[in-house]
Amino acid sequence: MSKVIVITSGKGGVGKTTTSAAIGAALAQRGYKTVVIDFDVGLRNLDMIMGCERRVVFDFINVIQGDAKLKQALIKDKRLENLYVLPTSQTRDKDALTQEGVGQVLDELREEFDYIICDSPAGIERGAHLAMYYADEAIVVTNPEVSSVRDSDRVLGLLNSKTLRAESDGREPLKAHLLLTRYDPARVAKGEMLNVDDVLEILAIPLLGIIPESPTVLRASNVGMPVVLDDKSVAGKAYEAAVARLDGEQIAVRIDTEQKAGFLQRLLRKSA
Amino acid sequence: MNMFSFPLRARKLKSAQTAKERLQILLAHERSDGSSPDFLPTLQREILEVVKRHMQVDADMVDIKLERGDELSSLEINIELPGAQKLRATSAR
Ligand SMILES: Nc1ncnc2c1ncn2[C@@H]1O[C@H](COP(=O)(O)OP(=O)(O)O)[C@@H](O)[C@H]1O
Ligand SMILES: [Mg+2]
Repeated sequence: MSKVIVITSGKGGVGKTTTSAAIGAALAQRGYKTVVIDFDVGLRNLDMIMGCERRVVFDFINVIQGDAKLKQALIKDKRLENLYVLPTSQTRDKDALTQEGVGQVLDELREEFDYIICDSPAGIERGAHLAMYYADEAIVVTNPEVSSVRDSDRVLGLLNSKTLRAESDGREPLKAHLLLTRYDPARVAKGEMLNVDDVLEILAIPLLGIIPESPTVLRASNVGMPVVLDDKSVAGKAYEAAVARLDGEQIAVRIDTEQKAGFLQRLLRKSA
Repeated sequence: MNMFSFPLRARKLKSAQTAKERLQILLAHERSDGSSPDFLPTLQREILEVVKRHMQVDADMVDIKLERGDELSSLEINIELPGAQKLRATSAR
């Protein structure tokens, strides 16, 4: 049985593309045949983050418009056997996406893949709408700050009303998960950033995981590698744990920071 | 602290250097392709037309791969022929 999962947020720059690449790679590592689709038409970026930018021949729009077969547009990851990327067009605009076109491509992908990860553009316009429309589940990527939480709430409203599952009677509603990213425990401790409980209380959806703010994310994007492939990265580990939960494993949510607790930190923790 | 600060710094510089090189290659191609890298669907269609004059093939049997490089890019066109023979054409761009 194949699942379509949208990675969405409303707000830009919160970590959707980073998350799409990481979750796609972690699912592939678990043995699931996975494809990650870039829905950000005109601002192609997933290919760079996943390191396949030099191999793009055809894209999602070419497939929708019948200029290429799906098989030709899919790019196979060089590192992970089960991982594929469907890049978007860098030259067209969002109007090139049509609801039936997207539906047809997703149906065809469902026959082949266990997981179809849709990397949504920011905003709540056409691209974001079509990225979520056919989803079975959603991962709402949120940073612990006011505008991101507000936008996530808006997106949750759309997930519950403007999707195929919401529109069809008798179907199980779309399942939404919260993924808190760029979480900085030090700033939360200082009271500068909302903490997990605050965000959960406001958004009231189940927590899939917490991804700490980590310099390893930038490094991974520099070299075009999903961060889960860096086995020294705590962010990568946190993504792996989130995917294990997505896959039904019961794992407690922990917050890890980059530095191993140093002397000073241990001291601070004791006194706290 | 001191012991680790140097290798860490070197590693950061290295990944940023990789980022710069990747961007330079990609952007050079994007800028020269102008606003229409869309020649590829056309190229595929035209190749298919030519091949069809001589052999029976359909669109499903064509596979185009591109690898953009720094000094050289390669375009690989694989056409699966009935009878499982393969016609392979590789050309540098
Ligand atoms: N956990 C993290 N720690 C540090 N930086 C992060 C983290 N997640 C994302 N980023 C950075 O945030 C920026 C935006 O991320 P991106 O995934 O492109 O967001 P979006 O797709 O939502 O616009 C990028 O520079 C990325 O490297
Ligand atoms: Mg993005």
